[in-house]
Amino acid sequence: MVTRTHVHAGYLDAVLDRYGQSPDALLQILREIQEYAGYIDQGAISYLSNKLRIPGARIEGVAAFYSFLHLQPAGEYRVLFSDNITDRMLGSRELMQRMCQQLWVEPGKVSEDGLVSIDTTSCTGMCDQGPALLVNGRAITHLTHQRVQEIGQLIRNRTMIQDWPADFFRVEDNIRRSGLVLGNQIEAGEFLRAAFALGSTSNIVETIKQSGLRGRGGAGFSTGLKWAACRDAPGSEHYVVCNADEGEPGTFKDRVLLTRQADLVFEGMTLCALAIGARKGFLYLRGEYRYLLDSLQAALQRRRDANLLGKNILGKPGFDFDIVIHLGAGAYICGEESALIESLEGKRGVPRNRPPFPVTHGYLQQPTAVDNVETFCQAALAIHMGAENYHAIGTEKSTGSKLISVSGDCPRPGIYEYPFGVSVREVLQDCGAVNTRAVQISGPSGACVAEHEFGRKLCFEDLPTAGAFMVFDDSRDLFEVARNFVHFFAHESCGFCTPCRVGTSMLKQTMDKIAEGHGTQHDLREVENLDHVLQTTSHCGLGRTACNPVLHTLKHFRPAYENRLKSLDFEPAFDLDGSLARARQMTGRDDAGAHLNTEEA
Amino acid sequence: MSETFQLDGNAVPFEPGQTVMQAALAAGNYIPHLCYHPEFKPHGSCKLCTVKVNGRTVASCTMPAEAGLNVESDIEELNALRRTLVQMLFAEGNHFCPSCEKSGNCVLQALGYDLEVHTAGFRHLYPDRPVDASHPDILLDFNRCILCELCVRASSEVDGKNVFALSGRGITKHLIVNAESGLLKDTDIALADKAMQVCPVGVILHKRVGFSQPIGKRRFDIRPISAQALDDAPRQADASGSCAACEGAP
Repeated sequence: MVTRTHVHAGYLDAVLDRYGQSPDALLQILREIQEYAGYIDQGAISYLSNKLRIPGARIEGVAAFYSFLHLQPAGEYRVLFSDNITDRMLGSRELMQRMCQQLWVEPGKVSEDGLVSIDTTSCTGMCDQGPALLVNGRAITHLTHQRVQEIGQLIRNRTMIQDWPADFFRVEDNIRRSGLVLGNQIEAGEFLRAAFALGSTSNIVETIKQSGLRGRGGAGFSTGLKWAACRDAPGSEHYVVCNADEGEPGTFKDRVLLTRQADLVFEGMTLCALAIGARKGFLYLRGEYRYLLDSLQAALQRRRDANLLGKNILGKPGFDFDIVIHLGAGAYICGEESALIESLEGKRGVPRNRPPFPVTHGYLQQPTAVDNVETFCQAALAIHMGAENYHAIGTEKSTGSKLISVSGDCPRPGIYEYPFGVSVREVLQDCGAVNTRAVQISGPSGACVAEHEFGRKLCFEDLPTAGAFMVFDDSRDLFEVARNFVHFFAHESCGFCTPCRVGTSMLKQTMDKIAEGHGTQHDLREVENLDHVLQTTSHCGLGRTACNPVLHTLKHFRPAYENRLKSLDFEPAFDLDGSLARARQMTGRDDAGAHLNTEEA
Repeated sequence: MSETFQLDGNAVPFEPGQTVMQAALAAGNYIPHLCYHPEFKPHGSCKLCTVKVNGRTVASCTMPAEAGLNVESDIEELNALRRTLVQMLFAEGNHFCPSCEKSGNCVLQALGYDLEVHTAGFRHLYPDRPVDASHPDILLDFNRCILCELCVRASSEVDGKNVFALSGRGITKHLIVNAESGLLKDTDIALADKAMQVCPVGVILHKRVGFSQPIGKRRFDIRPISAQALDDAPRQADASGSCAACEGAP
C-alpha cells in the first residue's frame, strides 16, 4: 500500500468520466480519490475545480465536511475505533490505547513515519459485535487484545489489507427473532406483480395509505401520504431515495436488511417509483457500510438481468427505473433527509430551510420521496399481503412490524423483529438482560427509559423508535452514557446554526467539567439553560434533540450527576492547574511542586 | 389592500412571498438579526431572529408570512434566548471590542448592547485563527467571524467571484479563501466588491482606514440597533435567486 503524494491526471480523468463529469457527483469523486490515494491533495482539488467548474475552496469545503475524507496525509493505515457507548462498555478505549502504545502513535495524530493514524469515529453500526473499528474504511469486529495486537503487527509489517485474515472482517447478522420482513422468502418480482394486479398506480398509493404504514426512520410520517404528495407535486423528474445512512448510534438493522433482504429493499423502491412516477432512484449508503457495496451492486445487476430494473420493467410499457448507490463519507447529519439530498448533490450535508419539503423540492429541486430502508421493505410486504392483512399487525396507529437493534448489557445482542407494541420488558427478557438499570431507546436523540417504565410499549403511540435499543445494567454510570452522547452530538453538528454549533460544544465542556470533578450546582443550571436554547432555536432535529440524553438522565438518574458535584455553588470554568499542563509537559515535570492543587495546600 | 399578520400586537402588512422578517422590517418593525441582509435570500443560520409563531419558535427570516399569524418577538423569553446566542458567538470567536476597528459599527457588538448582554456567560473557546494580511489593501481577521456567510453569498451572487467558502464542520467550521495558497492576495477580490461591504463584524477590513470615525459618531453610538430597523428594510424585491455557495439554501 503506497500513499501517493500526487494523484496523476489520468486517474482523475477516469474517475471524472465514470461520473459523467457531473458536479453533482463531487462527493463520490472525492471519496474515490480518498480511497485510492489516502488523502485528497491540493493538486487534485485544482484539477477537479477546472474540470467540474466548481471553485476550489468549495471543493475543499465539501471534503472537510466529511469525517472520512482527508486533506492532509492521514497515514497509510487509518484506524478508527468506533466510539459508541456500547463499544466503550466492551473496552474499546483500552484497546485503542494499547494499539497506540504498540505503534508509537498518539490518538488523532499520524505516526512520524506516515505509516498509521489511530483515532475514534462515531458508532460504526457493529454494536452487537463490538468493539469494532474501521481500517481504511473496512469494518473489523469482535476486537480483543489479541486481535488488536495482530492488527498492529500487520500494520507494522505493511501487510496489504486484502491479505489480512478474512476472519477479521466477518460481520454477523445475529438475527435473534425473525418476522414479517426478516422471514420474507417471497421471490423477487412477486411484489411488483402484486402491484400490477392492483390495476392503476394510484391504487398502490391507496393501498399503502390504508395499510397505515409509517416511516421507520423514527419520525413516523405516513408513507402513503408522502408518496401521494410526491406523486402530485409538479416536476420534470421525480426521484426515489432510500436512506441507508444509518448513523444513529446503537442502530444496525439496515445493515442486516441490506445483507439479507437487499432485493426486498430494491423492490420496495421500485414500487415507490411506479407509484410516484420516478425513473431514477438512489440508495444513500453510509460510508461505514462500504463493505456492502459490491454485493449490493451485484444485486442490482441481477435485477437488471431479470428485467426488474431498467426499461419496461417486467414487460410493463413505459415503466423505466434504475437505482444508483451513493456512498456517504462519515457524517451523521446526512441521515436528515434534506441534508442527505444536499450530500447526494455533492455538497456539504447541511439541512435545508423548510418549507419547501423534499416531497416537492428535493433532489435537484424536483419532487423526491425519501424513505428509510426498512420502510421500503414494509411497503413491499404491505402491497403483497394487502392493506387489511398488513393493518392487522401491530397496534392501531403503528401497523406492521419493527426491527429492533439490541446491544449493550445482554447475552444475546442482535436484531429482533416484533409486531409494533412490544414492551421494553419483553425485549429485555428475550435478549436475556438482567439487572437492567436503563434502556436507551432510538439512540442518543431518543429516550432513556428507567426501570419503572419498562412496561412501556415500542410504538408511535408510546415510545417511538428508529430501532436502537441499548441496554445498561446496574454496573453502568448513566452520567457517562449521557456524556458519550453529548460528545457525539458535538462531533456531528454540521455547524450551520449558532445554537447547535456552539451549544453542543458548550454542553460538552460542561459535562467534561462535571466529569473531572469541578462541577457545581451552577453547572447543572447551565446544562438546563443550554438544553432550552438548543431545543427552541436549533435549525434541525440534531440540535433540538442533542440535549435529550442529558435531560432524560437528569430526570431519572440525578444522583449520578450530583454525586460528582462540589459542594460549592460555583467554581470558575477556568482551570488554573489545568492551564499549567503544557508547561509541565515541556519541562518534563509532574511533581507536587508543578501543580497548583489548592485542596492539598 | 394587502393582508396582515400580528407582530407583538401590531398588524403588519405583507406581500406574497415575503417572510415574517422582510415584512416586519419593511413596516419599520425591528426583529434582532445578524445573518439576514435585505439584499440577499434569507439564510436562517444565526437564529437571533427567532420568534414565536402561533406558539412555535421559528426563525423569522425564513418563515413565510401568512395572513393571521400571531408572531411574538419582543418578549423576555425570546430576548433571553437571543442573549444566550450572542454570548455563544462572543465565546466562540476571539472578540476584543476595544481594539477592534469595527467597534461602534459592529452588528454583533450593537446587539450585545441592545440586548443587555452584561457577561460572557460561557467559557471562551479561544480558537486559533491566524489573520490573513497578505493582500495589499485588505485584512482578513478570522478571529471575529460569526459564520453568517454574507461575504460568501455576496462574492458568489453579486461579484460573481466566489472568493470565500466554508470549510470544516461543527465547531471547527471556518471561512476559507478560494486560492491554492489559501491567501487573499491570490484571489481577484477588489475593494469595490460587494463582499467588502457586507461583513456585520470586523473580519473583512480595508487596510489603513481603521478608526476613521471618532467614538460618539459611529453608527451604533448614535442610535441603538433596534432603532435602525428601516435601514435594514428589504431593498430588492427579487432577492430570491438561489445561491449554490450557501448552506441551507435550496
